[in-house]
Amino acid sequence: MCLAVPGKLVEREGGEGTVDFQGNRVRVNTMLVDDVKVGDWVLVHAGFAIQKLDEEEARATFAVLAEMAQTEQTGEQDTR
Amino acid sequence: MSRTPAECGEALGRLRAAAAALGRAVRFMEVCGTHTVSAFRCGLHSVMPENVTLLSGPGCPVCVTAQGEIDLLIDLALRGDVTLCTYGDMMRVTGSSGSLEKARGRGADVRVVYSPMDALALAAARPDRQVVFAAVGFETTAPGTAITVLEARRRGIGNFSVLASHKLVMPAMLALLESGRINVQGFLCPGHVSVITGSEVYRPIVERYGLPCVVAGFEPLQMALGLALLAEMVRDGRPALENVYRQAVSADGNRRAQQVLREVFEPADTTWRGLGTVPASALVLREEFAPFDARRRFHLLQRHVPEPPGCRCGEVIMGVCTPAQCRLFATVCNPTNPVGPCMVSSEGTCQAWFKYRRTTEAQAAQERGGIAAMETGGTRRAPGSARDGV
Repeated sequence: MCLAVPGKLVEREGGEGTVDFQGNRVRVNTMLVDDVKVGDWVLVHAGFAIQKLDEEEARATFAVLAEMAQTEQTGEQDTR
Repeated sequence: MSRTPAECGEALGRLRAAAAALGRAVRFMEVCGTHTVSAFRCGLHSVMPENVTLLSGPGCPVCVTAQGEIDLLIDLALRGDVTLCTYGDMMRVTGSSGSLEKARGRGADVRVVYSPMDALALAAARPDRQVVFAAVGFETTAPGTAITVLEARRRGIGNFSVLASHKLVMPAMLALLESGRINVQGFLCPGHVSVITGSEVYRPIVERYGLPCVVAGFEPLQMALGLALLAEMVRDGRPALENVYRQAVSADGNRRAQQVLREVFEPADTTWRGLGTVPASALVLREEFAPFDARRRFHLLQRHVPEPPGCRCGEVIMGVCTPAQCRLFATVCNPTNPVGPCMVSSEGTCQAWFKYRRTTEAQAAQERGGIAAMETGGTRRAPGSARDGV
């Protein structure tokens, strides 16, 4: 449940923005990370950016999280 | 920085060396559902030294939610004027009168949302409905709820409220230690809870209880390195607080999120499955946000509901029994027909065991016997420690 996934902020307008997760674009709230700008990598949980990340670290370290998020979604459908 | 298998091998090598030098059994505990799942997915348990065990503690928010709270949600959902919004994991958890999924089958308006903001948008679009958001989750999730409540107040959306069941991990870890029922030599601390709280929050565990703590991320290297550091600190008799997830976790955490939490919520005592009442371990809405508090709006009173007969989820959550030791596991309780919450949630220890570590019924029975023999053998328990298992 505390799974958070890294993505790149590609748009920002006020307290909201769009984050690109490997091509999948999602609206997120950015009010918990004051200093982010377009191009920054962020960690997203339940529609909220909760932390700014270093890009290189984000790519290398977080591949496993993206993979888990995907399995979680398909896994839930499986159990229905 | 790339994460090569060689680095993983090096971390595991350190873990093995420390474990060999220890020459006795050590047990570490993680308190994060994502750690539970990641450890099974990457096969971590199978490559760990024999004398090192990684237990799962109360790290799954759905699993620790008391049955009385599930009943409140079901009662609310069955009111004709309420649209109940929840995270998907909550749908199949059973209270004393079925689950939210079953309530939906009986005509209740229950929606699965990705974010509390989706529930707020629904409230704005449907002023004729009372939209209630079932706010479960730990420190990682609570700030989003807080922002949503602030936004509801700013926009004057009067038909929106939240039923806050947010819980705090650190008070639960302390309660677990105070209970004297667990036997662990260190904690692998949660990655994304710590993004919000900061790593320093765990220092009392090191200082008061003399146990090492390592904040770790979720990739195999992070978890292996975390366990290696824990084993080395136990070997050297030098417990400390370490953070190997510095990419995302700072010492102080996300200050903005902490400030929003303080603004909207205050701590309260709450009931955890397995742990009972834990002081100051819940976040409830402050008085000034009463109009957005579903408990106040609908005059909800939580009842105490006994656990399902035979279900050992409470003990599984505390790490004092494994799923295989529960007689319901993989017999009458499985992901299609879950009896307890640890089998419902995709992050629950029982579902993870079922998916990744399931044995046949006969093997499970054998394991039950085998573990019981080990538990009474005394070799896996430090002298004078609390008795684990029942």
